Amino acid sequence: MSDAFRRFAVNRIAMIGLAVIILIVGAAVLAPVLAPFDPNEQFFEGLTIEGAPLPPNATYWLGTDQLGRDLLSRLIFGARTSLVVGVLANGAAVLVGTILGVVAGYARGVVGSVIMRFTDLMMAFPALLLAIALAAIFSPSLLIVALVIAMVNWVQIARVVYTETTALAERDYIEACRALGANWPRILFRHIVPHLVPTVLVYATLGIATTVLLEATLSFLGIGVRPPEPSWGNIIYENQTYFATAPWLVFIPGAAILLLALAFNLVGDGLRDALDPARQGR
Amino acid sequence: MRTLMIAGALASALVCGTALTSPAPAFAAEIKNGGAMTVTYKDDVATLDPAIGYDWQNWSMIKALFDGLMDYEPGTTNLRPNLAESYEMSPDGMTYTFKLRPGVKFHNGRALTAEDIKYSIERAVNPATQSPGAGFFGSIKGFEEAAANNGALSGITVVDPATVKIELSRPDATFLHVMAINFSFAVPKEEVEKSGADFGKKPVGTGAFKLREWTLGQRVVFERNSDYYEKGLPHLDEITFEIGQEPTVALLRLERGEVDVLGDGIPPARFLEVKGNPKNKGLIVEGGQLHTGYVSMNVTMKPFDDVRVRQAVNMAINKDRVVRIINGRAIPANQPLPPTMPGYAKDHKGYAFDQTKAKALLAEAGFPNGFETEILANNTDPNPRIVQAIQQDLAAVGIRAAVKTLAQANVIAAGGEQQGAPMIWSGGMAWIADFPDPSNFYGPILGCGGAVPGGWNWSWYCDKDLDAKAAAADAMVDPAKKEERTAAWRDIYLKIMEAAPWAPVFNEQRFTMHSARLGGPDAIFVDPVHIPVNYEQVYATDVQ
Amino acid sequence: MAGYLLRRIIQALLILLGVTAITFILLYLLPADPARQIAGRSATAATVQSIRQQLGLDLPLWQQYLRYLGNLVQGDMGRSYIQRTEVASLVWSRLPATLLLMAGAIVCELVIGLGAGIIAAVRRGRPTDTAIMVASFLGVSAPQFVVGILLLYVFAVQLGWFPIGGYGTFAHLVLPSLTLGILGGGWYSRMTRSSMVDVLRQDYIRTARAKGATGGRIVLVHALRNAVLPLIAMIGLDVGIFMSGAVVVESVFGWPGIGQLTWQAIQQVDIPVIMGVTLTAALFIVLGNLLADLIAPLADPRIKLR
Repeated sequence: MSDAFRRFAVNRIAMIGLAVIILIVGAAVLAPVLAPFDPNEQFFEGLTIEGAPLPPNATYWLGTDQLGRDLLSRLIFGARTSLVVGVLANGAAVLVGTILGVVAGYARGVVGSVIMRFTDLMMAFPALLLAIALAAIFSPSLLIVALVIAMVNWVQIARVVYTETTALAERDYIEACRALGANWPRILFRHIVPHLVPTVLVYATLGIATTVLLEATLSFLGIGVRPPEPSWGNIIYENQTYFATAPWLVFIPGAAILLLALAFNLVGDGLRDALDPARQGR
Repeated sequence: MRTLMIAGALASALVCGTALTSPAPAFAAEIKNGGAMTVTYKDDVATLDPAIGYDWQNWSMIKALFDGLMDYEPGTTNLRPNLAESYEMSPDGMTYTFKLRPGVKFHNGRALTAEDIKYSIERAVNPATQSPGAGFFGSIKGFEEAAANNGALSGITVVDPATVKIELSRPDATFLHVMAINFSFAVPKEEVEKSGADFGKKPVGTGAFKLREWTLGQRVVFERNSDYYEKGLPHLDEITFEIGQEPTVALLRLERGEVDVLGDGIPPARFLEVKGNPKNKGLIVEGGQLHTGYVSMNVTMKPFDDVRVRQAVNMAINKDRVVRIINGRAIPANQPLPPTMPGYAKDHKGYAFDQTKAKALLAEAGFPNGFETEILANNTDPNPRIVQAIQQDLAAVGIRAAVKTLAQANVIAAGGEQQGAPMIWSGGMAWIADFPDPSNFYGPILGCGGAVPGGWNWSWYCDKDLDAKAAAADAMVDPAKKEERTAAWRDIYLKIMEAAPWAPVFNEQRFTMHSARLGGPDAIFVDPVHIPVNYEQVYATDVQ
Repeated sequence: MAGYLLRRIIQALLILLGVTAITFILLYLLPADPARQIAGRSATAATVQSIRQQLGLDLPLWQQYLRYLGNLVQGDMGRSYIQRTEVASLVWSRLPATLLLMAGAIVCELVIGLGAGIIAAVRRGRPTDTAIMVASFLGVSAPQFVVGILLLYVFAVQLGWFPIGGYGTFAHLVLPSLTLGILGGGWYSRMTRSSMVDVLRQDYIRTARAKGATGGRIVLVHALRNAVLPLIAMIGLDVGIFMSGAVVVESVFGWPGIGQLTWQAIQQVDIPVIMGVTLTAALFIVLGNLLADLIAPLADPRIKLR
């Protein structure tokens, strides 16, 4: 394990990614200190006399939004929402998806069949609709958003893990282990799960980006974070049609999402290389 | 009143404004008939059945395909006979006799008779038709029974093939407006029976245009009805409605000359830029409209059961700022009626913006530290923005309102539950008048009749006294008493503002943008009854 | 094989049944009242009641559901509350556009994904690899509507290479397909690279190499065949992603497909249409999964059909 850590630590690209993540997490934690303004305050002087938002300027470094709020402050506070949803919801999805995928792929039989048929059902179910129904039934909150995302996202991971587990389980050496009477935890944790780690990591890292975007979609549907609370997703959604007249309102938060996703991807990639000794010497 | 389906339609609801003040347009002799135009819409065209269609999009399309006994002079709100050549009202206002115009034919070639008028109204009342407009015919004799059974109205008599007599059960000053409303438009029985529930997709009427093509989800094409009874109309040979066009994309195409009229209006995101561009001078027409955006407060829910709290809300909202946020596409409001509606109280000052006084009133009502509540709003731009502006103003006086933005139908459903919604911002679901009469803003949205489960009176405000006054005003059918009736309605709305179940915020202005090749007086482009334009009257300037 | 197929088809039908049941219950729980919606604002209580009866909305949930299923097996998905048109004909009229868009997107993502993935794997560790991987991250992380609007603005509005939205010709298809395909392309290039790197390191490739097979041949013949397996599984899953993505892409480009119909129905709470499009989407997703499972053994003989 320490080897892996060392390999990870010398991966320059991964370290850059990690630095970005730490930076964003830091900004989120220190938001009240860092943000120049109250993120929800609608400034009278934050709009032109005709009511148009201001482009980046000396007072509002990243400009203002349609209501005259400071975009920089909203971005800094929005990082909290995006991170909380991204990490919690995606984490839950990955955990559930991996467990069910491995169980289904390894156990097969009735258990595997039931799990996979359930994932089929969930896969066949358009996620958006589920979200809307939940919106109408529950009152919207951060927790509901995380829940909905986890409910939607675990399926994909379960399917991929299942496919890989199946392929792994059919390899000759696993069959041989079974024939030799190795008990299932040993086979699972020695011979199967380690091979899954790269895939799960790739999915977990990429999944954070998808999660942030899904959170944005849900915010837009009215079951995301309640306005005026900012998240990077709802900043984009609030302003998406203004891309031509006020591009900073779409492309700056868009860049923030990209940066966060990219950082998680780089770290995930680095972890993957570090954890899989076979990949040494690339 | 129809519901505004989307908020992009800030710029596309029923209008008076410039239209009311300008005289009926005189059409110059140099108009050449012919040519075509393209109109874009984002959403599918719902049914074109006049008994059913009830949104701002199909409302005017239906008017181009069908006609009623009455109509309005183009570009105005002045009633005039249409399929009727003339009409007579009995002195007591209980009986109307309409003489039909000779030589009117349906698109299938058959001549219109008085039977068709009777059939068409009864069809709208028949519950099997599922018409959202059945209730408009409530003053016709025999309505209750007809609405519960098969629609057969004892009050409508065919005197001879060219004469129809309609008896009322109560005097109704708005009755002639009802005869100009789409739900009363003439449909041919044989075609309705042939098409069944699909009549809305295969409409056959008497209008200036007839349907040529309908490709679901892509386009609807109208062509000239060469048998149209009004000679010289319509001016255009063809109108193509392109469906599924995002307003932003539609605007780009208009700038490129591929589109003539933006059905959904100028997208809010590009409004200032487009309006400020000198190239567009003369292409953007502005008009007032019969619309009010308001915050309803549920008077049956605490703490809005206290009139002082409701008044405080009225004083807390900075309406000028809200108007600025939507780029000045509205004017601040202080009463339910819009300025261009008869009965609007010009001198009424309303509740001036005064947060100190609002706080004092809240303290007096027992909320020195304010309270927590919830405000619902439609989730299409610009409504989430507007409601956040209102939220900040309310917070300034201590009212901490959580914002909940939902699809239109879900907001309406919550409003129809007695404990469903403490406050609702009406934008995006705002009412546009069915006809330019002050009574149209009362009944279902402020009267006792609407304050029932599933009703449309979201403030649940019900004053039996005012209901009686409203009924009395609508019984003033004598044209000589018109002023008196208008005054009676004015008083009713001022009384309502004392109780303050609404906080009126603004009246929207309508902006229509058209291509340079389209001609017609400005009033045609902000026609009070036709949205986005009066299809019959508009013409192409590039016809050779 | 025939037995397997039959079993899978039965499974697929059960899934669709499950989808109808869940959707039906969720939509039943929505607060909007369809009868009120149809009857309009000026309706009397009697009219509303009569409409409720005509639509069968006064029945208990299970009876309504059975009624829906009964109509469904006869091909009747009911009528739209808003448009009053048969849902089946609405869905049918919009299906070709969405299928075309999906086909375009699949081509885009395969071309992008396989192309970029193979190049990255072969050149792994070099600047080309890094550049491709960064680009794939960007493709995966970019919000679809931002990509769509950006493409529209640059290539249609500014450069005028493509029409500004609409439907009909090949030129109309390019930008929406690309928008929908970029996400998958990003995923695929990562997947391809990752499995190619694995495969290239495996013994039989080393053997082939030792036997003197040339680099290009190794990649194409040996490695690619094995790298395709994860992609096949992905294409099946993609149908679901497409169905959600279509909602965004079709509305940005004015593409008259199922996605647009879905968004419209959701906004209008047009329950029969929501049921119809959900079921249609589910049908295609199930077919996609089935197809993926059938094709997988062809790509990798080590997988057996069960």
